[in-house]
Amino acid sequence: MLAHTLFFHFFSLIAVFSALMVIISKNTVYSVFFLILVFVSISILFIMIGAEFLGMIMLVVYVGAVAVLFLFVVMMLNVSDQSIRKPPRKGFINNISVGSIVGIIIFLELLVVVSGWKYKGSFMLEKTSVSNLSNTHVLGNVLYTEYIHLFQIAGMILLISMIGAITLTFKKRENIKRQNYFTQIQREKTSAISLIEVENDKGVKIDD
Amino acid sequence: MIEITLEHYLTLAAIIFSIGIIGIFLNRKNVIIILMSIELILLAVNINLVSFSIFLQDLVGQIFTMFILTVAAAEAAVGLAIIVIYYKKKGSIYVEKINSLKG
Repeated sequence: MLAHTLFFHFFSLIAVFSALMVIISKNTVYSVFFLILVFVSISILFIMIGAEFLGMIMLVVYVGAVAVLFLFVVMMLNVSDQSIRKPPRKGFINNISVGSIVGIIIFLELLVVVSGWKYKGSFMLEKTSVSNLSNTHVLGNVLYTEYIHLFQIAGMILLISMIGAITLTFKKRENIKRQNYFTQIQREKTSAISLIEVENDKGVKIDD
Repeated sequence: MIEITLEHYLTLAAIIFSIGIIGIFLNRKNVIIILMSIELILLAVNINLVSFSIFLQDLVGQIFTMFILTVAAAEAAVGLAIIVIYYKKKGSIYVEKINSLKG
């Protein structure tokens, strides 16, 4: 239990520190790296309290996909150090005061909710049924039976967002010969070939 | 010996949530930071759901966390696509210069 306590404090300190660095670091690339660090430490916390599958999924989805996507966009757009070149500092003081006030108020409210919340004795169940199934197994048992419709809807959401991202960034290029399936299939011999009587010393005019 | 209880996890989630909120207000650079702050907020929600699910021995929280993960990934993809085309059109993604909708 002592190891659990130590690990929890260690990783949560890392997570909070890097979450702060995400929002205050000058370079956007560093922000993405600190975001990766937040996700890694939180997924380690998940694995530690027994949600191994979600911890691993978090690593795969966030660190493997989302953070890399962020990195790609940051590097492609060349915005990594825009604020250093020409700092738009006009509303910064205003923003930081209002933002800190709102953020701290929300944090205090959440703390009041967390610390002032008393639950009944029977609310927190004791670990009664110790099954020898792993977390992944149990999750799959529930996910593919009771929540199969939600699971499929989640897949549809991913498909739609993929289509949306592609159509948003799709660039219609000019001067490129593309395949035109219907005209290609509808082509017939009569329209494609024409026989010409070639006269002497005249040649054939080729039109394209 | 201090035992780690549900409150510890909830407090951690509250801290990360507030950092995300402050990050949205503090955006002095570009919109990508705002997207990352939204990811932080969703992560805090995930921490809440998973810790409740573990401490209450109820799997539904973890199921829900997976769906939140899905939506977060979709949102990041679409948001970054919007940012890319905005940068192509306007040449910058400063937060203060994005005011076309102000009228």
